[in-house]
Amino acid sequence: MTSLSPSAAAMPGQALPKERTNTFFRSRRGDSPFKRLLIHLTLIMCCVATVYPLLRVLSVSLRPGDRLLSTSLRIIPPDASLENYRRLLTEKDFLLWVWNSLMITTGTAIVGVALASTSAYAFSRWRFPGRNPGLVFLLTTQMIPAAMLMVPLYILIVRNGLIGSYRGLIVAYSVSAVAFSIWILKGYYDTIPRELEEAALIDGAGRMETFRKIILPLSTPSLAIVFLFNFTQAWNEYLFARIILGNAKEIWTWPLGLQSLQQQFLTEWGMFAAGAILVTIPVVILFLYSSKYLISGLTLGSVKG
Amino acid sequence: MDRLLAQLLPSLTETLGTIVFIIVATALIELIVYLVIGRIFKSRHLLVWMLIAPAAVGLAILIVYPLLWELRLSLTNMSLRRFGDKAQYFWVVCAAGEAPKGLAWLTECLFKNYADVFRMPVLKQVMFLPVFLRTVAWTGVNVFFHVAGGMGLALLLNRPMRGRGVYRALLILPWAIPQVIAVLAWRGEFHYEYGYFNIILTQLGLAPVEWMSNPLANFTAMVATNVWLGVPFMMVILLGAMQSISGEYYEAAEIDGAGGYQQWRHITLPLIQPVLTPAIVLGTIWTFNNFNVPFFINQNELESSDILVTALYRAAFEYNRYGFAAAFAFVIFILLLAYVLIYIALTGTLKESTR
Repeated sequence: MTSLSPSAAAMPGQALPKERTNTFFRSRRGDSPFKRLLIHLTLIMCCVATVYPLLRVLSVSLRPGDRLLSTSLRIIPPDASLENYRRLLTEKDFLLWVWNSLMITTGTAIVGVALASTSAYAFSRWRFPGRNPGLVFLLTTQMIPAAMLMVPLYILIVRNGLIGSYRGLIVAYSVSAVAFSIWILKGYYDTIPRELEEAALIDGAGRMETFRKIILPLSTPSLAIVFLFNFTQAWNEYLFARIILGNAKEIWTWPLGLQSLQQQFLTEWGMFAAGAILVTIPVVILFLYSSKYLISGLTLGSVKG
Repeated sequence: MDRLLAQLLPSLTETLGTIVFIIVATALIELIVYLVIGRIFKSRHLLVWMLIAPAAVGLAILIVYPLLWELRLSLTNMSLRRFGDKAQYFWVVCAAGEAPKGLAWLTECLFKNYADVFRMPVLKQVMFLPVFLRTVAWTGVNVFFHVAGGMGLALLLNRPMRGRGVYRALLILPWAIPQVIAVLAWRGEFHYEYGYFNIILTQLGLAPVEWMSNPLANFTAMVATNVWLGVPFMMVILLGAMQSISGEYYEAAEIDGAGGYQQWRHITLPLIQPVLTPAIVLGTIWTFNNFNVPFFINQNELESSDILVTALYRAAFEYNRYGFAAAFAFVIFILLLAYVLIYIALTGTLKESTR
């Protein structure tokens, strides 16, 4: 059994010898100082390329209203002010958009985890007729372009009067993430030794009881990942929201709101940047915190065995 | 602010209401499954079906049913004008009296929309083939740079060094931030006068580029944005794979006198293959289906920058040709499916992972 994740030591049955994780690529010999300098220089250049566009957004958000457009490349403008943030929070419905996103996203994540955790258990522990076609079907859904589902969903939603409400969006988001969530959770459940359950079954526990008392507590990290995955998917989603929420401005999510600021490019660019900074910071912190678990979930399914 | 306060309570009740609605629906589904499979068929897999049922019903309602409905839609001439009244459109395009006979009936009536995808412009002017070729070029160029960039960075980071965690955290940022924001920010930087690309070009004494109106420049802008967005994913995946390779292989190779390139070619590459191949396939599908980057960089202005999925969006929601768009969607889906099936046939991956 091989695992390709940095956090592999946390996986049951996947423990790697600790000292081995520190001795990779030519650690014994080490690189020459010149080569090391070259590597650091290359990496610093790449970091500048990834960070600079984001710093530009920060810079625009700090510019006072009359100097939004400038050909200066300085990051912190000499007359920096929080004017754009103040205007965004008071003049626009930014907090409302964030609140709407928060509601929809939390609902989605709860429903998504509940749906995926039980189905993944079935796929992991039983060989039943229709299991393999089911797994293949789940993979196939990942290939459907979002725009393809848009056409029928839009018409069906309009016909059934669900347009302009949270409900359609919560259901749509939680189902659209379910296939991926099932694959991640199934991969994780597969690594939990069956002996644990068998012992409990012999002691007279029911199947659902072992699931609740053994599998779920042991899978807390991967359940958290699936929760976060559902959460960020829904938090960042634009297309479904645009089509389902449409013109109902009072329930817009933040991507719709921020995009409406950018359409009037010349006047609202500063407020767009301020909003972008505000919604990005929490997501980035969550992401950096959870990324190593997310990646271990991603690679586990493909290389296990 | 007032609108926020006014919306607080309704949105809470609606979210909770939705969750309660889903719980009630789930209970109903479970009851039906229990009665039908447990009592009538007496299946020994009752528990399995009950575990799967909620997700299965959700997928059936939100993916299978809409797709079947779309299949039917693709055989009609539905458009915005015929939206409201179901009787106004018919599932075959030709009315009974004027239908041609024989093979022509298939291409002119039943599958008219499918035939139109290939013989008429899919948007105002562009035909299907140029859009398809552009999509292939878009996918190929992007995936190439994603893998090359990701591999390069992973190789640089895959060694003990100072500040590794900092580099990794900074390099991962494009993947971490919301895509809509990243792409809109990049679009701002392609502005003719105030975007930094043109500022730098003018400072170097070159002529500024019209990123938003020149087709080739616009396409380049899209690719640049998407490369920036996609490299971190490949880097992280490949770095994870490289770190699981035992250092002993490299030590042995070094004793035998293998150089850096040989070690990469004969140790690193074969051992990360099980991760690299699925990542490339997944990356290809994601790039092929990438909606946000072409849509937000171009903002529906140049038809010459559309790839298949944005052209599909336009056909449906700008020109409102729903029947045609449905047929177009199936053509795109079949192309993707063919790609994946060929991949599976060549590698046999699926068998292993569904074990």
